[in-house]
Amino acid sequence: MEQPNLSYIHNLSGGDKNFEDKLIAIIKTEFPKEKKIYYNNIKSNNFKEASENVHKLKHKISILGLEKSYEVAAEFENNLKANCTGGQNDFDIILQLITDFIDTL
Amino acid sequence: MNCIIIDDEATARAIIAQLCSNISSLNVLEEFPNAIQAIKYLNQNDVDLIFLDIHMPDFTGFDFIQTLKNPPKIILTTSDSQFAIEAFEYDCIVDYLVKPITLPRFEKAVLKAKSTAIEAISTEMSSSKNIEISSGNDLYVNIDRRLIKINIPSIYLIEAKGDYINVKTEDKNYTVHSTLKKIEDKLPNDLFLKVHRSYIINTKKIIDIEDNSVLIKKDVIPVSRSNRPELMKRLNLL
Repeated sequence: MEQPNLSYIHNLSGGDKNFEDKLIAIIKTEFPKEKKIYYNNIKSNNFKEASENVHKLKHKISILGLEKSYEVAAEFENNLKANCTGGQNDFDIILQLITDFIDTL
Repeated sequence: MNCIIIDDEATARAIIAQLCSNISSLNVLEEFPNAIQAIKYLNQNDVDLIFLDIHMPDFTGFDFIQTLKNPPKIILTTSDSQFAIEAFEYDCIVDYLVKPITLPRFEKAVLKAKSTAIEAISTEMSSSKNIEISSGNDLYVNIDRRLIKINIPSIYLIEAKGDYINVKTEDKNYTVHSTLKKIEDKLPNDLFLKVHRSYIINTKKIIDIEDNSVLIKKDVIPVSRSNRPELMKRLNLL
């Protein structure tokens, strides 16, 4: 399975370490909040709201270089819009992968 | 170019601000997590370019654009390409960036925004001929190949509408293919004042003034923060 990485952030920063630290700090704050809201909506069967949460989480997935996971997330987002949870297990695995990765940063 | 960033995601705002920092001609004035705050800011400040997220809760990027009377250039930023067709329906949208945004693609979008700004200036120059001479109390405007005389003191409001201006007088309204800048140059300074990027008012016709707006006839006109001191200076305050 593909692994998260900081290539995009490094390219964006052009070597600006302060920016890298700032962006990682924002992601470490924002990602757990977005993840929590997503799980609450899934638990409450609020699939439309959950699809919007997945939409936001997709950006984090792409920033961390997870190209295939991005496609999985996009498909899951569309399923949620159709009130279907198909693909949830794969998406939840991606969220855990990111959680483990940002814990190391 | 003075710009603002509107995105409900802090990560996205930080990334766009960083991309802007690579381009010396861009000056980021403010960042907003929602469209409502941005609308309030735009009522009081002039902005050349907006980086706008489409997918925001409650008030989408497209909802936001529809609230703007005279929108500046807008570059959309989104995680989806599915809105691209809708984006083409808006003249103010100069480009559409799909996240994650790379620096080369970002630079290309800003270049487009600059090009369209230059085109607008060219249009402004070519339209200048439609505001003809002002002699004494009269201003002549070119409408449908006719020079129409307007009595200057009777003008109470001039409003920018894209490539046109609406000149409102006591008796009649005129739509002229020109710009606020051109007509501003033809009007007496002691009578008229540009209070917002889209409005020039006749200060003698003011009925009342609230914090950030003036009432002229039945029109409530926003006053930019930067123009408010000059407006207050013109008033005969007790």
